[in-house]
Order: sequence, then structure tokens, then C-alpha cells
Amino acid sequence: MSAAAHPSSEEAGAPRPSSSGSAPVVELMGISKSFPGVVANDDISFDVRRGEVHCLLGENGAGKSTLMGILSGIQRPDSGLIRVDGEDVDIGSPRDALRLGIGTVYQHSTLIPALSVLENLMLGDTHKLRLDGDSASQRLRELGSTLGVEVDPSVTASDLALGRQQQVEIIKALWRGSRLLILDEPTSMLTPQAVEELYKVLSRLKENGLAIIFITHKLHEAAFLGDRISVLRRGQLVGTLDEDAVKGATPEELEKRIVEMMFGDATGGLAEAAELKAELSVTDELVYEAEQVPAAAEEVLRLERVSVRGEGAEPGLDDVSLTLHLGEILGVAGVDGNGQRALAEAVSGQRRLERGELRFFGAPIGHVGVTGRQKLGLRYLTDDRLGEGIVPGLPVSINIFLKLIGEAPFWRQGRIHKRAIDDRSRELIERFDVRTPSVDARAGTLSGGNVQKVLLARELSFDSKVVIFHKPTYGLDLKTTRTVRQMIRDMRNGKAALIISTDLDELLEVSDRIAVLSRGRIVGEVKPGPGAAEAVGRLMIGDVSLGAESEGGGP
Amino acid sequence: MSVIPARETMPIVDEPLRPERSRSVARVIDLLVRSLVPVVLALIAGGILLLILGRDPLSFYSDIWHGGVQQGSWQDSAMRMAPLLLIAVGLIFVFRANIWNLGYDGQFLLAAAVLSGWGPSLVTHVPLWLAMTLLFLVAAGVGAAWTLIPAGLKAAYETNEIITTLMMSFIGVGLANILVKGPFQDPAVNIPQTKVLPLEKMLPAIPSTRIHVGVLVALFAAIVAYYVLTRTAFGLRVQVLGANPRAARHVGVRVRKLIMSSFLVSGALIGAAAAADILGVWGYARANWNPAYGDTVIPFVFLARLNPLAVIPFIAFFAVLSTGGDLAAQNANLPTDFLLVLVALILIFMTLIEFIGRRRELGKSYLPPGVREALRKPLIRRRESVKEPEAA
Repeated sequence: MSAAAHPSSEEAGAPRPSSSGSAPVVELMGISKSFPGVVANDDISFDVRRGEVHCLLGENGAGKSTLMGILSGIQRPDSGLIRVDGEDVDIGSPRDALRLGIGTVYQHSTLIPALSVLENLMLGDTHKLRLDGDSASQRLRELGSTLGVEVDPSVTASDLALGRQQQVEIIKALWRGSRLLILDEPTSMLTPQAVEELYKVLSRLKENGLAIIFITHKLHEAAFLGDRISVLRRGQLVGTLDEDAVKGATPEELEKRIVEMMFGDATGGLAEAAELKAELSVTDELVYEAEQVPAAAEEVLRLERVSVRGEGAEPGLDDVSLTLHLGEILGVAGVDGNGQRALAEAVSGQRRLERGELRFFGAPIGHVGVTGRQKLGLRYLTDDRLGEGIVPGLPVSINIFLKLIGEAPFWRQGRIHKRAIDDRSRELIERFDVRTPSVDARAGTLSGGNVQKVLLARELSFDSKVVIFHKPTYGLDLKTTRTVRQMIRDMRNGKAALIISTDLDELLEVSDRIAVLSRGRIVGEVKPGPGAAEAVGRLMIGDVSLGAESEGGGP
Repeated sequence: MSVIPARETMPIVDEPLRPERSRSVARVIDLLVRSLVPVVLALIAGGILLLILGRDPLSFYSDIWHGGVQQGSWQDSAMRMAPLLLIAVGLIFVFRANIWNLGYDGQFLLAAAVLSGWGPSLVTHVPLWLAMTLLFLVAAGVGAAWTLIPAGLKAAYETNEIITTLMMSFIGVGLANILVKGPFQDPAVNIPQTKVLPLEKMLPAIPSTRIHVGVLVALFAAIVAYYVLTRTAFGLRVQVLGANPRAARHVGVRVRKLIMSSFLVSGALIGAAAAADILGVWGYARANWNPAYGDTVIPFVFLARLNPLAVIPFIAFFAVLSTGGDLAAQNANLPTDFLLVLVALILIFMTLIEFIGRRRELGKSYLPPGVREALRKPLIRRRESVKEPEAA
């Protein structure tokens, strides 16, 4: 690849030495963006300099993603200025952003699974008439050595482990020569080992003078990586901790500071903040609550060598056996897309078993339909809350009763008994603390956390005995997360829970045992405790590593 | 160590905090605007079109009023409503489930052919009330049967029903013609048509009017459909399936069964429309006869927001328009197809209003952001941006 074809490639390929404290690479001034009913970004001013990692911290819905969308050209701000290298710019499209040297790595992979690594990268070269494979591989080697990773250009993207896919995404973002790299929640899909590797890559890029915006909602990540930390809250920039503030403070001081920024109103907010501290620990220390469930405890759910078909790119289940006892919380860990959905749907009855048998309190239920299993007390809290869990256009009350359509006493001879439904809904809304203007409000107008509470009200009420929680706290704010985890813990009293989650910390915290799912198989079981995270991580990448994770290796 | 507070935090309104009532009033107004404005605009645009063609729009519209409402002609309009309303209700039933039964012509004509072929001999053998009931049931059965293949394919393989119903409709129309020209043709006449029902062997009229009871059947069907769709477990399942098929599967709705049943109900209602029209008005079926009621009904089904009661006034409006339109078009020396122009105009304005509504909901403007910013610039006060933090 010639320098002439890529005039800006110099800046990322052979970056200038780091000069901390230099003028900002990208500056945002007074950026505001609103959507109907929500001010996503309210007068945000913020900058990032060469050779620094600027962490953007905030809960879900704080406006992080909108801000990133504005920088990467997906959204336009309603007002405000963006400056790149001191010049006012207008980022009207992702193409503009790339031209200005702003590269973005999204939370979910944007690689085309069927194409090779090199082909995926060359997609960015479409401005040239002829694709030049040789110069592209040279560019890949160049960037690979900058990052300290080696990627086989001929491997098909879908064969890469997620950590490796992300490295390719980073290379893709830098491909046309970037000076700013934005990473959106980059660790959410990674194993602990892959996270380590990502940290190394980022520090190499930093040394090479790249500016990095690292978006996260995990406090310990921000504290560990950030040169500066900015906190967003309800669309506003609460404040920025500068370099001295970050590096000069002990982890405890830093934690206190950030918690204050995220939650502390002068009035009484601190009490709430203190409550949340457990969830926010900078030191990343977990409290394990695993309990030994007596071996004599009744088996409530048993999968016997269950196989189900996959759907699309997602694998099915292959010969899975699991047992859940009364009063037990069984976690299922795994990298996303390794059969989690198949497992949840097989147990809930939404997918037919190909082989094997399913037992509920000893009785076979493999042939029982969704409704039948619900009546038995087997419930499924779906991960796809909006796409599958609720009907957005229907009232909250009806959404709570969706799984009981036609049942007495809420329906009589097929006719809806609105008053019974409304009365019971009000009761449940209060008990589960759903914030809604009324039971008649359309479910689609609720926030994510409240939608989850509506679903919890549905799945945990009406004689529920065993509940499958699928990513129960994914994308929720910290307070709701805490509430949901408490509800899961409460299942120990006479019920049982199966938690399928990609959040390893969550599983380590609440479950009694953790089974690890990889490519549709259960590859092992781990008891939460010190060292468990690493053990689970090794199992998670277990057979995947044969393909990509271990070969090549990090720096 | 220094923290720079950007600005004192202000609560952000997550949801509009307006009281429930004013919101529901706003919703009703919005609904009325969206339903009525396209009709009014179409009438105005149609008037302008008439002016361009050198006709007097006022006299054209007053002719419609005259020929569609006054001097007992409202009874003709009412009778024209019967098949239109039954088809509309039949379509609403499946459209609510997000199923697109566009095979109404085939279902209607096949039902019409079978019942007018069998009707003349039936009425001579059994009492009239029984014959009429049986013929209604037969027509409903034929209409329902003609949806079986698309319904089954959709339920089993998720085959796109738009394509299959259109294909089946094509076959149904052809088959109806074969029946009318073949086994059901009246041997006494040379024109390909079925035997004509004697006048006294048709649907009886409502006392002291000329209106046949088929109109009552249609109104009754609309009311029942409204009740079923809004008050019963079945209706709620249909709504859930239509709004979110994945949620339907998740909550245990038997999706396949529901697809089959709503398709069959739709076909049955469309078949019944044929019975109301043949037994109430025509008395026989002709080959190559196709009133294409379904096509004209579809815009009104959407204007009524898939509400079986709300569709009644729209159907009444169109019935008046088409009954009176014959006279008006004749007086203005225009083809009766001009009325279809009015329907098309309604569709165009509906689309426009929907488009504008969507844009506004998304908070977008017709002006590109750059231009908008430039226009507003003098009014924007430049805010102090947060400068480099000063290390303490």
C-alpha cells in the first residue's frame, strides 16, 4: 500500500511520539441531542488528547452511546460544535468520521462472518478501483505489529474467537489511519483472558500517540485504564476527573469520588450511593455467596442428554445434561452465542427437543407446550425484553397477563375481566416497584429497567416455581440490577433458578454452581470462589482456543 | 485532585408527565385528524381536478348527495354497504394478526359462483329462511376453503401469504368463470350466466324499506367482530400475534392454530359478502363479473385503523359516493371511474399524512441540520465550554 493512496496512514501506522498534555485531538463543545421525550445529550463539552485513554463512564441510558454516535457520524447533534485538531468540522456520516480519522469499535461485531479477515479489512478500501491484496496484507502486518498482535489474514471471520474478532475490529478502525479510537463497552463480550489482552493492545496504542475514548459502565475498568475519567449522568456531563485526580488517588478515594459523581445529589443521594457501593467496587472484589445445596434436595429440573437444533448462526444444544435442585441457583456461563438461547428455549418449551428428555419435579415434560410448562410453574424471563418479552403497544396490565390469556378468573368464558386484571396489576406494579404512570400506559413507553420489572412481575408471580433468568440484568441501571439480583437470591427460599448470563461477575456473585456452555455443550462446572473466574474463563474458551485464541498469541 | 462540575444537574423528564385525560383527548384528536383529513383533502383535490376538467365541482358533489342519499336513494347506498362492510370486517380480522389476505377477489367470486349455481334449485325445495341460511353458510364455507392453502403454507412454512393469496385469487377468479360458463350456466339463455333467482326467493327486505336483511347481517358481523377482537381472549391473541409474533410464541400462543383460524374467519366473511350481494341484489352471477370490492375497501380499512366499528361510517361514505356517483358522473359527462380517482386521492393523502407523522415522531425536520443551524445561529448563545482541567 502506497503512502500516496493513504495520506493519513502515517498517523496510525508510524505514529509520532506521545506528548501528554498536548492540544486535544477532538473537542466537543456544548453538544446537545434530544429524542422525543428524552434529552440524550445536554450541553456536553468534552475532549480527548493524543496518547491518552479518556474513559466515559455512566449507567445505561446516560447518553454514552448517543455521544459516540455523534462522533462516529451516525447521529447529528441538535446543537454544539465538534473540533478536530482545532478546526470546526461537520461529521455528517460514518464516512466523514473515517476521513477525519475517527475510528469506532462497536459493542457487537460488524465483521462479515463469511469473509476472511483480509477481505473484511479491504472493505474499507472501496474508494479504490482495484483491490490490492498484497499491500493490504502489508498494512495488516504493519498495524498488527503496532498493536502487538498477529492475525492470520486468510482466516474466515466467523472462525475467530470474540477477543480476536475485536482485535480485527480495532485494526479495521485504524485501517484508513485514525487518530481517535472509540471503543463502546468493549469488554462486555470477552473472557477475562481476552480482556487482559485488550488492555495490552490499548496501552500499546496509547504509547503510539493515539487518542482513545473508552466507553464503559464498569467502574473498575475506568479506574484501571483511564488517564482521565468523565462521568455522564442522565445526558449531562457531571464532571471530568483529570490525570492527577485519577493517578494520585488511592482506589478507595477514586471510588468514592466517582460514586459521588454518578449518584450523589447533595440531598440524601449519598445513602443510595453507599448502598450501591457493593456493585461498584473499584478493587473488583467479589463477595461469593455460593451455598452447598444438600445432595438430598429434590431435583426440580433435569436435562437428560438434550439436543436441540440451532437457529441461523446460533448453535443449538449438543447432548446437554444439567440438574437443578430445590433451593439452588445454577449459573450458566459462556461467551454469547454459544447455545444460551437454545438452552433457554428448550427448557421453556419454545424449541422442540431433538433428542433427550426434560424432567420437571421428576415428570417428563419434553412434549408439554409453552403454556403447559408455564402452568406447571416453569417460567422463562427472556433476554430479549422488547423483541419477545412485551408487546410495546399494549398496556402494562395486559403485558403482565400475556401468559395467562384466557385463564380464569381474569377471563370468563373467553371474555376479558378488565377489573380483575387491573386490580391484580396494580398490586404487582407496587410490589415490583414498576414506575409507570398507570396500568393503562403502553409498555413500550417504559424505560428498560421498568420493562424488566414488568417481566419479573409476570414470571415470578402466579405460582412460579422454577425460573430461567436469561441475561437478567443486561443493560439495566445499577439500582435495578441490584433489585433483580436480590430477587434471584430470594429464589433460594423454596424455589430454584437457572441463570444464563454472559456477565461472569454476576454469576460468580449469585450462583451456587456455574456450568460453562461452549458451542452448545456443557464443558465443565465450577464452584464460585477465589480463582473461579479464571477457571470459568479457561473453560469458556476451551475448544474455541484450538481455532484461534491460543495461536498467534498476544505480546 | 479536581472535579469540574459541568452544570448543576437537572431532572430530565423520562416520559411526558401530562395527565392521562389530556393525553387520551390528544390521541382521539390525532386519530380524527388522521382519519378524516385525507378524505377531506381528497374531496378538495378532486374538486380542483373537476375544475381543471371544466366541470363544476359543486354540482358534481351535490349530484352525489342527490343520487346517493336523497329521495330514498340512501336505501340503495345502504344495500351497497352490505358486501363492502363484510369484506372490510373480514380483512380487519386478518390484518390485525399481521396477516395479509389479498385473495379477496378469488374468495368472493368463487363463493358467488357456487351459491348462485346451487341457489335456484335449493330455493325451490326448502323453505326460504332455510335456503338463505344454507346459502350464506355455503358461501362462507367456500370463501374459507379458498384460504386453506395460503393459511396452511404460512402456518407450516411461514410462506409469504401475500404471494400465495394473490396466486390463489387468480385461480379462484378463473375457476368461478369456468363454473359459471360450464356446469352452472343457465341453459335457457345464451349469455354465460347462472339461473336468475326469482325476486320473491331472494333475501327479504326490512319492513317498509327496500333494504334487504343482508345489510343487517353485515352490521351484526361488524359488531360481533368488534366484540371478539377487543374483549375476548381470542382477540387479544390475534392482537399479540399481529403486534409481536415472537412475543406470541414466547407467551405460549399457538401461532399456527391462530394463523389458520383467523385466515378461515376472514375467508368466511368474504364469502358471506358474496352471499349478501347475490342473494340481496343481483340474484345471479355472470361470467367475467368482478366488482373488485376488496380493492376499494382497503383504504377505508386503514383509515378506520383496523377498527370494525369505525369502518362503518367510511364504508357508508363510499357507498353513498359510488351510488350517487353514477348519476353525478353521467351529468358531468365523466366515466364512473372518476370515483376511483377520488379513492386513489384518499390513499395518496393518507400516505402523505402518515409520512409527515412519522417524520415528526422521529423529531426530524425537512430542513437539513446544517441549514437549520445556520438559520438559528444568530439566536444561539455560545456557551462557555469546559476548558482544560486545572490541576489542583
